[in-house]
Amino acid sequence: MSDVRASTTAASAAPAAPAVLEVRGLAKSFGGLVAVDGVSFEVREGEILGLIGPNGSGKSTLFNCILGQLPPSAGVVRIDGRAISGLRPCDLNRLGIGRTFQLLQVFPQLTVRENLILAGQEHQGSMWSRLVGPRDAGLAAAADRMIEFFRLAHLAEEKAGNLSYGQQKLLDAAMAFMAGPRLVLLDEPAGGVNPTMLGSLRERLREINARQGATFVVIEHNMEFVMSLCTRILVLAEGRIIAEGDPETVRNDPVVIEAYLGQ
Amino acid sequence: MSRFARNGIVALAALVLVALPFGLKPYGVYLLSLWAVMTIAAIGLNLTLGYAGQISLAQASFVGIGAYTAALLTTQGWSLWLALVLAVLLCLAIGWVLGYPALRVQHHYLAFVTLSFATLVFLILRNEEWLTRGVYGISGIPRPEVFGWSTRHPVAFYFVCLGFLLAVSLGMGWLIRSPWGRAFTALRENPVRADSLGVDIRRYTLLAFAIGSALGGVAGVLYAPLVQFIEPSAFALNLSLNLLLMVMVGGSGHFFGPFVGAAVAVLLPEWLRFGEGLYLVLYALFVMVLISFCPTGLLGLVQRWRRPGARTTGAQDTR
Repeated sequence: MSDVRASTTAASAAPAAPAVLEVRGLAKSFGGLVAVDGVSFEVREGEILGLIGPNGSGKSTLFNCILGQLPPSAGVVRIDGRAISGLRPCDLNRLGIGRTFQLLQVFPQLTVRENLILAGQEHQGSMWSRLVGPRDAGLAAAADRMIEFFRLAHLAEEKAGNLSYGQQKLLDAAMAFMAGPRLVLLDEPAGGVNPTMLGSLRERLREINARQGATFVVIEHNMEFVMSLCTRILVLAEGRIIAEGDPETVRNDPVVIEAYLGQ
Repeated sequence: MSRFARNGIVALAALVLVALPFGLKPYGVYLLSLWAVMTIAAIGLNLTLGYAGQISLAQASFVGIGAYTAALLTTQGWSLWLALVLAVLLCLAIGWVLGYPALRVQHHYLAFVTLSFATLVFLILRNEEWLTRGVYGISGIPRPEVFGWSTRHPVAFYFVCLGFLLAVSLGMGWLIRSPWGRAFTALRENPVRADSLGVDIRRYTLLAFAIGSALGGVAGVLYAPLVQFIEPSAFALNLSLNLLLMVMVGGSGHFFGPFVGAAVAVLLPEWLRFGEGLYLVLYALFVMVLISFCPTGLLGLVQRWRRPGARTTGAQDTR
């Protein structure tokens, strides 16, 4: 069923943009529990795809399977048409795929700037050059630009653990962009962020999308945020895709309202 | 503490370390040398445990491997410097291999894996008499010549140890300020996130074990000519626990933690000797109170006193 849906949207969407990420028949079960049940979709270059669904519908598990954190039980994931099974998260990251986690994940004992430099350092040179080469060549400047961009300049020298929750959440997102990834999977970037900061985060994401042509997949429970940010939305329930389309279509889909919005 | 105050304290401590042996009896000089050697081993463990967050109860084994390499080769007439190179390479390789279990298990499971390795090394040192002379140990370990100067005198050899401590400290300071150091810290604080940011956590885990173990080997190479007689029980679990204590008491993940911790573990019991038979009791009580009330160690205590209210979690607290 989901296969049919995926192919129809692929046909109806702008034909020029190639698929950056392609997921085919992905499944993951934990013992008897089927968390992801044969999900297929494509994400095209420059798209901001929303992934919504009730708690426990398999969104985060889907992310973890795509990103090499969990081995899928079945199915295939392709980046630029190339199957990526068996690659570790760090390998995928160095292929230009960034992510954030549902729960806040910064390094509390490192400063804001160090967090960002760390997020970029493994993309430069070799292991050896990182030890004996010039220190953080260009990275400190890039980190400062990122700090500026996310309006964290006054906190650059502060340990990340001392920041407010919302500020850490911004830093968390900034780290995912530090290496200039082409595809970023964001797991609930708006969770626990206050409305003012939420607006700021949305603007930053839009800007990166427009300027660098970066592609996003966003899991989010904040409907206002996801509807205003995303160009297309997939709805997941019980491990399957039950609906997809532009925000307006999804909002009015009776299946979605029953499964999710009407809860 | 401002950078200025910190540099001042370090300079003062360096001055004391240079001047002190001239006013001490040979036993005092021996204790200071032992402090320098144990600090080197603890600096290695501080990298593995304090920065990279990988528990090891096998650091004494690497001190033992270094000491036996030095003892066996120098008693055959080899140069200590050649033994040093061999011991470092050997400990790097064995430490790297010991890191593999850490890719699968962490915390107390890893503690037991390394503990078993330590037992294995101890059994080899004790039972393989053809190589190690077993419980009889190796005696008559010569002290090296440095640029043609004999270091047979305790003060002379103390300065050899101090020179090594200086070199190791500079190297470690440079390492932890490098991108590697940042990656080690990331590995300790949140390996899953580090992985997602392109940090090859497998490789950094193995490196943390290899480099930390190699420094244990360096300490061993100095220990053998310092005591001039070695036998297996010196490198048993007792020493591993003592080194672990040094790292924790000083402040795990603090650059100067091992210096302070080794001073507490090597020198404090001696200073407590006024308590006669009770000195080990006093020492044990001190350690119990310190670890209970300040799990971040003495340098963590200094940090807390400097910046009240700042978060001073233990290095192992990864939330």
